[in-house]
Amino acid sequence: MRMHDASDFERGVGRFGGQYVPEPLVAPLTEIRRAFLRFRNDAGFHEKLEHLLRHYAGRPTPLYFSPKLSARTGCRIYLKREDLLHLGAHKTNNTLGQGLLAHMMGKRRLIAETGAGQHGVATAMAGALFGIPTEIFMGAVDIERQAMNVFRMKLMGATVHPVTSGSATLKDAINEALRDWIARAEDTYYLFGTAAGPEPFPEMVTHFQSVIGREARTQILEAEGRLPHTVVACVGGGSNAIGAFHAFLDDADVQLIGAEAGGDGTKHGASLSAGLPGVFHGMHSYFLQDKDGQIAEAHSIAAGLDYPGVGPLHSELHQSGRARYFPVRDSEALEAFHLLAREDGILPALESAHAIALTLQMGKELPSNAIVLVNLSGRGDKDLHTVLEWKGDRVGVMPIQK
Amino acid sequence: MNRFVTLLQPSQRRGAFMPFFMLGDPTPARSLELIRAALDEGADALELGIPFSDPIADGKVIQASAQRAARAGADVRVCLDLVAEIRRFSDAPLGLLVYYNLIHRRGVEAFCQDAAAAGADALLAADVPFDRAGELPAAMEANGLGSVYLCSQNTPDDRAARILQASTAFTYAVGVMGTTGAREDLAPATREFVLRLRRLSPRPFVVGFGVSRPEHAVEILRLGADGVIVGSALIRMIERHGEDHAAAMRDIRAFVGAVKSARTACQD
Repeated sequence: MRMHDASDFERGVGRFGGQYVPEPLVAPLTEIRRAFLRFRNDAGFHEKLEHLLRHYAGRPTPLYFSPKLSARTGCRIYLKREDLLHLGAHKTNNTLGQGLLAHMMGKRRLIAETGAGQHGVATAMAGALFGIPTEIFMGAVDIERQAMNVFRMKLMGATVHPVTSGSATLKDAINEALRDWIARAEDTYYLFGTAAGPEPFPEMVTHFQSVIGREARTQILEAEGRLPHTVVACVGGGSNAIGAFHAFLDDADVQLIGAEAGGDGTKHGASLSAGLPGVFHGMHSYFLQDKDGQIAEAHSIAAGLDYPGVGPLHSELHQSGRARYFPVRDSEALEAFHLLAREDGILPALESAHAIALTLQMGKELPSNAIVLVNLSGRGDKDLHTVLEWKGDRVGVMPIQK
Repeated sequence: MNRFVTLLQPSQRRGAFMPFFMLGDPTPARSLELIRAALDEGADALELGIPFSDPIADGKVIQASAQRAARAGADVRVCLDLVAEIRRFSDAPLGLLVYYNLIHRRGVEAFCQDAAAAGADALLAADVPFDRAGELPAAMEANGLGSVYLCSQNTPDDRAARILQASTAFTYAVGVMGTTGAREDLAPATREFVLRLRRLSPRPFVVGFGVSRPEHAVEILRLGADGVIVGSALIRMIERHGEDHAAAMRDIRAFVGAVKSARTACQD
């Protein structure tokens, strides 16, 4: 698949992506786009970023072969351990990259939206590291369910603004961050958290997250001497998934599979499986919406998947058939969470647990010994409260069938 | 000729006052009465919003207005029917202000057709820059709708000149760096912006966002703008009076009347 390049920035409607923003945001987006195009090929920038990724954040992250998950499915299941990255999720890749860019651009203020709080914490980290004052917009509902992450952001010196409009979750946090940016475009860098939003964010975040798939590709070739049969990742906005998929896009034999938030089956966040093309948050992509185009509220047990849209590159992959996307229910994700904890001693983020659940379902239908690479995008410490309080259609710790 | 073009042509230039209303706020029926009152008091044209779930360019007052209207049942069909109602009793130019997904979902051509059939004269998609509008300009033109694009203080001169050229009805100059909402004072940067646009082009532009008092409106016109839009200040009256519809009607009449008489006094 052809990815966006510089000339696409100049194109308008007709494909996914674009830059659908009120005029006051055109100037700051143009400034970021120019800086990104300049620095993406700059050796000095890359050297600095590589240094931080290796010595500060802990890259490369391990690729772990899970004998027990493999035995359950008959496949060879490998977990890309982004949960072991500094701060416990893939978000660090993006905030180090964009934080360094903002620093090079001389920006004096960082803002960001956050859902689960992971991106908020990762932005607070970048603000601390690069010495840029940071303000985070977070839905009041999410503040409630992710209190520890709010505390972490504050410990790193960030200010957290609760957002009470709409559903008071990620969508509304983005609305409020955009409103703030409209008012203070001149000195402020909006550090967007996922591979979505207006250009150049989808492409830039993909660039910084593609390290996941690049490493994993090398690691799997070292371990197995062949490419994986399937790559699986969870998809909210879609940054960990596009990061995992990107290195395999040209490997036509590698299946790319995304796990969307299936919620409780009625309320969900499965924009690709159940949404329609639309234009929102600066991009042409798939969205949950009503007959008129009013954006619907999403639902997921995983705050990071609780978003009614998806990044435009996933819409392209979905439409072309290069990647396929399936909804995974809250209860299935929770079951996978417990299973991975009991079998492998790993507490996955509830977001990542969606990918584990889908892998276990699909794995049984794959050829035996097919290699499956699962992006374990984050760790589940942030979700313990949610897991404890779960009152869904199944309660408590899942019985594990041997 | 398009009603906005007629209203804003340079030979007629006297400064148009264009109140903004959210269609359907607080209810479709009351919204129609408020709009009729503003026209009775001499509003020259209207900018009319259709409620959207996530209005990212709007401050709290217009967000709340959209929510009230949506709760009262103002979907796109109801809003277009309201436009048709207004057209039945008024010949004033009517501009629609919407977020692009509402156009996209209905289909660009279908939306423009329906808007024109209802009697709208112009269409502004708040989240579509003039050079990313795709098939929208052609569909507007084919249906006789004038185009309106936003221009802001951080828009460089060359781009602003192109926006003024591309806007066939008028350019909507965003008076403040920020979302919609009433401001206490008219900022020096707003004055400079009006002067800059006037220097750039004789083509019509109208200033909105942050204009909250009759004296602001008149000053903006005096500086050379072709028109001025007041939204949040009027909508706050609807919000403040809640169920007391008569009081909202009275305040809105008084505000429109004050702008008109201040403008007249200033021109005499």
